[in-house]
Amino acid sequence: MTWVTRTALAAGLGFLYGPIAVLIVYSFNASPLVTVWGGFSTRWYGALLSDAPLLAAAWVSLKVAILASLLATILGTLAALALERQGRFRGRALFTGLVFGPIVMPEVMIGLSLLLMFIGIGLDRGLVTIVIAHTTFCTGFVTVVVGARLRGLDRSLEEAAADLGAAPARVLMTVTLPLLAPALAAGALLAFTLSLDDLVISSFVSGPGSTTLPMRLYSQVRLGVNPEINAASTLLVGLVSVAVLLASWLTARRGHG
Amino acid sequence: MSDLPAPRLRLEELTKRFGTHRAVDAVSLDLEAGEFFCLLGPSGCGKSTLLRMIAGFETPTTGRILLGEQDLTALPPHRRPVNMMFQSYALFPHMSVAGNIGYGLNGRGRAAVAERVSDLLKLMRLDGFGSRRPDTLSGGQRQRVALARALAREPKLLLLDEPLGALDRGLREETQGELRAVQRRLGTAFVVVTHDPEEAMMLADRIGVMEAGRLIQVGPPADLYRRPATRFVAGLLGDVNLIPGRLGPVSPDAIRTVETAHGPVRGVAAAALEEGAAVVVAVRPEDVVLGAEGLPVVVTDAVFLGDRLRRTLRLPDGATLRSSGRPAEAGAAPGSDARAGFPADVAVILPA
Repeated sequence: MTWVTRTALAAGLGFLYGPIAVLIVYSFNASPLVTVWGGFSTRWYGALLSDAPLLAAAWVSLKVAILASLLATILGTLAALALERQGRFRGRALFTGLVFGPIVMPEVMIGLSLLLMFIGIGLDRGLVTIVIAHTTFCTGFVTVVVGARLRGLDRSLEEAAADLGAAPARVLMTVTLPLLAPALAAGALLAFTLSLDDLVISSFVSGPGSTTLPMRLYSQVRLGVNPEINAASTLLVGLVSVAVLLASWLTARRGHG
Repeated sequence: MSDLPAPRLRLEELTKRFGTHRAVDAVSLDLEAGEFFCLLGPSGCGKSTLLRMIAGFETPTTGRILLGEQDLTALPPHRRPVNMMFQSYALFPHMSVAGNIGYGLNGRGRAAVAERVSDLLKLMRLDGFGSRRPDTLSGGQRQRVALARALAREPKLLLLDEPLGALDRGLREETQGELRAVQRRLGTAFVVVTHDPEEAMMLADRIGVMEAGRLIQVGPPADLYRRPATRFVAGLLGDVNLIPGRLGPVSPDAIRTVETAHGPVRGVAAAALEEGAAVVVAVRPEDVVLGAEGLPVVVTDAVFLGDRLRRTLRLPDGATLRSSGRPAEAGAAPGSDARAGFPADVAVILPA
């Protein structure tokens, strides 16, 4: 590496992760004033544990993320199987567009349209509506991850299973899905992190008593930043990073041992 | 293992079109019980598509596939009493060797499966490998696992797609012998697809040569070698000299004369060819004899190959012939004039 590329790399990384680093450093600030360094302390992490509304919001977020990632993984995998294994059915191009649409659609639009729909069908806003909304925008991501793996999967493995007398359902359960397992896990983790840190769509479709963690943090910040939020955010960053690293490791892994 | 011979496979006017391209074009074929049949042809000739239609992975555009009395044409792969060994072997990477071999035995009792798997492991000389994963095996071992898996359900017909393609040279020859031995022992009909003529001749009772989707000639290896129906078949099965000329008049026997640029030669007319037709006379190098009679040539090169001596001969118009004889028959040295002849009954007259 020349000094130019090294500088560029440092500048790029600094631009991307500098703010997060500052956030993490200040979460260990002993001073209650956010901008003044008062020495190292973990007191704000302790304070988190006694902040009941924040813990409740975290619990809501966790429940939503688990349910939404589960549903998105099932739906996204079905969509990927339809796209990659059903040949050229009529309306395939349209279906592809519809599956991947929510990935590029503005979140405000997704949130608003879902809100209108929930009101239209008279569904009370709460945990259920958030789970539905998150499933909607996470499914496309799962389809991308699982579809890529499916494309790379040797077709002759599934043909061999059929040749050995396995009906299509048995081929799916004993050959296709086991070989897709790493991609399924990666897709689920991706959906989990997307759901965990979503603010915009949740804001549209949540109801009283179903405040998610990002929503809670955002509303607190509007009243003034305090170090406790830094601590909560640091934990969130840590959780999301672990999930993303795990997902990319699962995606990159080629072996099936 | 069943003692009854496997029923006959019959392909009737089988055609597969991809768009306007005819990958397989009106192929009809009868396969005898217990036969080792080889589909031979260059890549893209449709031999793999034909195999995949028999297995059920491709649906014929027209035509029928019959096994004994049973019409297989509309059956999905998992309902056909036919098994296939894939070119890549397609071993399930997430299962053990025993799991792979036993996969098709689903529905039988646990003990019966274990016994059958252990029998097959023994047959393939894979004892002790049952719990290994496929990716810990060598190429030859993987090939034997794939064969065992394909044989597990006692198929009436076994299809093999380039079975030796993934093996290196030494292993290929050993495996060829093994494949023949297994086939003889089980009496199952085998259909092998290959692009390697030597492999086809070594393995098969009969060879079917495919070119551009058509099955152009079917017969025992020696017939195809000695009596090719086209120039393509003649060239595919081994080195051949092709001498162009015009066909002479019909004669009472099959032997007819061809007027070449260097004088008349005689050969067997393979097809109903008209007098005056443009033809080539196909002669194998080992049938070319240097002597007192024949076409005038100059010996330009002689290479000693141990078991034979290969000569390059130049005809007056610059075309070359190759001869291959026993070194003891040495004589004409490079640079000398000679006459190249051949017995009429080993030369085949083919459409040009």
